[in-house]
Amino acid sequence: MKKSVFFGAATVAALAAGAAAAGTLDDVKARGKLNCGVTTGLVGFAAPDANGEWKGFDVAVCRAVAAAVLDDPNAVEFVPTTGKTRFTALASGEIDMLARNTTWTFSRDVDLKFEFTGINYYDGQGFMVPKDLGVSSAKELDGATVCIQTGTTTELNLADFFRANNISYEPVPIETNAEAQQQYLAGACDVYTTDASGLAATRATFEDPSAHVVLPEIVSKEPLGPLVRHGDNEWGDLVRWTLNALITAEELGVTSANLAEMAASAGGNPEINRLLGTEGNLGEMLGLPADWAVKALAVGGNYGEIFEANIGEATPIGLARGLNAQWTDGGLLYSPPFR
Amino acid sequence: MTTMTDPPKESFQLSMLLNDTRYRSLTFQAIAAILLALSIWYLGNNLIQNLRAAGLNISYEFLGNPSGYDINQTLVEYDSQSTHARAALVGILNTLLVAFLACVTATVFGVIAGVLRLSKNWLVAKLMAVYVEIFRNIPVLIWIVIIFTIMIAVLPGPREFRGADPDASMFLGVAAFTNRGVYIPQPYFIRGFGGVADLLLVIAFLAGSFFAVRAVNARATRIQEATGERPQTLWTNLAIWFGPLIVLFLALGLTFDVPALKGFNFAGGIKIGGPLIALWFALSIYTGAFIAENVRAGIQAVSKGQTEAASALGLRPGRVMNLVVLPQALRVIIPPLISQYLNITKNSSLAIAVGYADITATLGGITLNQTGRAIECILLLMLFYLTASLLISAFMNVYNASIKLKER
Repeated sequence: MKKSVFFGAATVAALAAGAAAAGTLDDVKARGKLNCGVTTGLVGFAAPDANGEWKGFDVAVCRAVAAAVLDDPNAVEFVPTTGKTRFTALASGEIDMLARNTTWTFSRDVDLKFEFTGINYYDGQGFMVPKDLGVSSAKELDGATVCIQTGTTTELNLADFFRANNISYEPVPIETNAEAQQQYLAGACDVYTTDASGLAATRATFEDPSAHVVLPEIVSKEPLGPLVRHGDNEWGDLVRWTLNALITAEELGVTSANLAEMAASAGGNPEINRLLGTEGNLGEMLGLPADWAVKALAVGGNYGEIFEANIGEATPIGLARGLNAQWTDGGLLYSPPFR
Repeated sequence: MTTMTDPPKESFQLSMLLNDTRYRSLTFQAIAAILLALSIWYLGNNLIQNLRAAGLNISYEFLGNPSGYDINQTLVEYDSQSTHARAALVGILNTLLVAFLACVTATVFGVIAGVLRLSKNWLVAKLMAVYVEIFRNIPVLIWIVIIFTIMIAVLPGPREFRGADPDASMFLGVAAFTNRGVYIPQPYFIRGFGGVADLLLVIAFLAGSFFAVRAVNARATRIQEATGERPQTLWTNLAIWFGPLIVLFLALGLTFDVPALKGFNFAGGIKIGGPLIALWFALSIYTGAFIAENVRAGIQAVSKGQTEAASALGLRPGRVMNLVVLPQALRVIIPPLISQYLNITKNSSLAIAVGYADITATLGGITLNQTGRAIECILLLMLFYLTASLLISAFMNVYNASIKLKER
């Protein structure tokens, strides 16, 4: 009997996945809400604030998509996922998109059947140690005990890094960022490793952030971006171009301050006109109203504004733009043209 | 004269399958079995078809690929270049280790608490009642987390052992209690023949001593039966147990590898990891509370007349318990004890809460995540837990049969 129950549950899950594979846009419109998978809480990227409202860099992407599709940035159901549950949640149709510091890798894209819709943060794995340990390079960590969040690319990079440098370590696998913090602060591990942005965000919440240092080594490439299921290209396009709209807007100088004025009538720059829907029919091609990008941009401004408001140098997280600057400023952000 | 006519020969008719009570139940059972089989086939087939439609075929090829991750407690050789199957094996051994340790200590805790709960000493009895009620009424996951949290908060980190005037020092200079685990000295032989050979040698010596002690005791019993006086055997037995072993250790050159602070951690000696200790202790103390109740029920099931009769023969209370009551109580205790052992094995899957690398954490956690083969991994996990539980159950049933009341 147990077996049949299991197969029943598995079948229901498989059926749900099959049904949800097509027409996600229609599903979201019919539901009136976007189900967006985020972290269980990483300040700056996705965490509920004091009023219980989700805030953060990844949350802003969810809200932009919700605004473009449903004309309401608050029509989002945020589903907290762990490193372990996120892919199952997306594959089973529980969430429509995942915006959760997820690294774009070959096997996730090809083998797990997901569609990465772009990169919203170029990251790399780093190490954080207490300052009084006197360590200045990750290569001095021979024999150290390292706290890792399980179910991430992090533990594979870590194994590779220590093997390549022929030094040993002892891994302590931990389920969530909060538990990892607790163990790290209690001294149950010497080092905490995750994406450098995550380390900065975690350190910002410590009582005394200056007592901890992030080591200079970045041991991997971690392009983080939102993703959707394979098989629904219309929905994938929509998420991809919403992200591109945020990036292009910054490149073209469209900000929340001048958005209303620029969107009111066609201006001198045809690409801005196409982006904001005052010229051409790009919105129609996506199955959305012409001013979809205006709505998306109205939520938190362009990519640069979202970055500065959530994780930029003025925030406690204090991340510099670095690789995440526009290509015109020497960074890697380079959106395909809107035409 | 009587004439007998044969009863009319009953021929089987199809309608009898429904109308005849002799066949009706068979009919319905057959129908139910066919329906069940059909629905299982339908669901299974549906699953496979849907998975195929989604481009996901059931395949176990990933088990042969390198796992790419490291594990902190490995009973067999393992590194990040080993296969996923090897990582699963490491997990299985870790599960079995913690389950075995917890079964042993839970039984000890349970028997002691169960017996003491029936004590005439009011304070002791009430203390045990408090233990049982507190521990079995709070979920085991919470106990695991509480014990682990207390451990990492209270015990010193390895860093605090450093320096001229350290905050913490080693216990008797040989063992270190840190919030990452307990480090104890590891015995080894300077003139040994290699790990397994040495172990076999020690076991052979212990077996020899065991049989020698048995012979001495049998002789004492014979003398007691003949003369009524039992010769003193304690010192002879102690000498037989320890004498040859000490000679063996001296011959092989027994030494201890004492753990010492080196770099970030203690090196050398045996490390018993913090997660293992927390999980082991939490499972033992939680399940011990249930076993205590089983033991109490078993003891109370033995009729009071047995105790009184034993006392009338002049046995002291301790011997009444050990020789008369407990052997009879075992018949009641063992069957529910089996299910407690199964519970321990299954509850050990909560290990991931404290980062203990059991099978659920390796195969069902990291491997599942890195390969995305959820259905395959979960099926393997189910197979493992099912097999382990059935084996424990079979083993305990054999034991149960051996202590059952034998009617002659």
